[in-house]
Amino acid sequence: MSDSLAIKGVGDALLISVPAADEPDALDALLEMIDERVEFFRGAHLAVDFADRELHASELGGLRDALSERLISLQAVLSTSDVTLKAAADLGLDTTLRREVPVEIEDQPLVTELDGEQAAFIHRTMRSGNSIQHPGHVVVLGDVNPGAEIIAGGNVIVWGHLRGVVHAGAAGDEDAVVCALDLAPAQLRIAGQIALSPERKGDPKPEVARIRDGQLVAEPWALSRAG
Amino acid sequence: MTAKIATITSGKGGVGKTTTTANIGVALASIGRRVVCIDADIGLRNLDVVMGLENRIVYDLVDVVEGRCKLRQALIKDKRLGDLYLIPAAQTRDKTAVSPQDMINLTADLRSEFDWVIIDSPAGIERGFRNAIAPADVVLVVTNPEVSSVRDADRIIGLIEAEEKGPGKLIVNRIKPEMVKRGDMLDTPDILDVLAIELIGIIPEDEHVIVASNQGLPVALDPKSKAGRAFMNTARRLDGEDVPFESLEGTDGFFGRLSRLVRPGGDG
Repeated sequence: MSDSLAIKGVGDALLISVPAADEPDALDALLEMIDERVEFFRGAHLAVDFADRELHASELGGLRDALSERLISLQAVLSTSDVTLKAAADLGLDTTLRREVPVEIEDQPLVTELDGEQAAFIHRTMRSGNSIQHPGHVVVLGDVNPGAEIIAGGNVIVWGHLRGVVHAGAAGDEDAVVCALDLAPAQLRIAGQIALSPERKGDPKPEVARIRDGQLVAEPWALSRAG
Repeated sequence: MTAKIATITSGKGGVGKTTTTANIGVALASIGRRVVCIDADIGLRNLDVVMGLENRIVYDLVDVVEGRCKLRQALIKDKRLGDLYLIPAAQTRDKTAVSPQDMINLTADLRSEFDWVIIDSPAGIERGFRNAIAPADVVLVVTNPEVSSVRDADRIIGLIEAEEKGPGKLIVNRIKPEMVKRGDMLDTPDILDVLAIELIGIIPEDEHVIVASNQGLPVALDPKSKAGRAFMNTARRLDGEDVPFESLEGTDGFFGRLSRLVRPGGDG
């Protein structure tokens, strides 16, 4: 069924769209099509759009291995399925087309704010090597460990320890905030500002980091002023 | 008999995966389990040396996978413990000689004859690591009490979760109680605070381990060695026993020795 797969060039990568049909062996069809055009694909960077298909890490890992045996690197997996996106992120694959997100936001500066009501909710510990990039807000119920990375167009809220790298307002929103029950990121960025966490004294307290008078500051979260 | 398959991995090299594999294998065999250890570190084999079986190798893992010998022919019987076997890695090939599916097939054939299959994973997160964890029922993550090793362990735990192999169980290896006391080394609670998975073993730094590895006599067989006892206790916990953790405080004082006399073998 190779003709049901669409290919187009995006930047230096090839984007293959696998239709959302209920064809069970989409991965086989994909490999079959690639095998028909081995010379064309050799050395390519591939992004695959799986639409709403649910794929687990073992399947995506298998695909990545099969492609790497053909000297093709699987760079990104696009999908509207949370299962597939999580699996891709766990395997360290991109879930957006490189450079697409920032470009989109630059072209339409209001997108972040309009999308502002959208948030990615992550209910697990983000471990070293995990990375989330989302044009809206990011909420993590769990820890963000050293070596993990969050890049959000909007705010970042971590209900747990925040020890990885975090970038809120990544498209330039200086009103974005980062808050965590334990705000101790390796590096914290809001819009264009970068700060390192100071040595902590005493027990962790909930804090919120924001840009105030052009300075990135972290303040204790006072319940009386909440909201 | 249906064997459980435990893979020992770490991400970072040099933290003691091979030593841990050999000692867990020996310890399980010494409490009467039928055990086979598999060296999945193709191209950099080591487990045979640590187990003292180097000179008995005829066939290896790749020979089995490629059909040059029967599985049974590649099983090397331990010289001291009757129910301990080793399948060595090939030294002349690399990780691509074996696929994750090969490992699943091979271990499936072992399940009916053993209680435990212990797989020694290579360092890294590439093909060799994926081969090693493909058949695992339980993954033991070895870390040292230092930041870089814990960081790699965290990455590995994330990958294990991605492969739907559960969060894994943690072994903290080469801890130096006197350095922890001085505040110069991460303590186990600091490590657990980041990794947040079940702790199954704390192994103190012990010179006996190096001597034992060089002689091919795993230290778990030496009841005088602190590390040996800790490996033995780790193996028992893996096997489902409830074993308390032994205090690692420096040299035993009078009371330490006394408590050992009162509860022989029961001290954690």
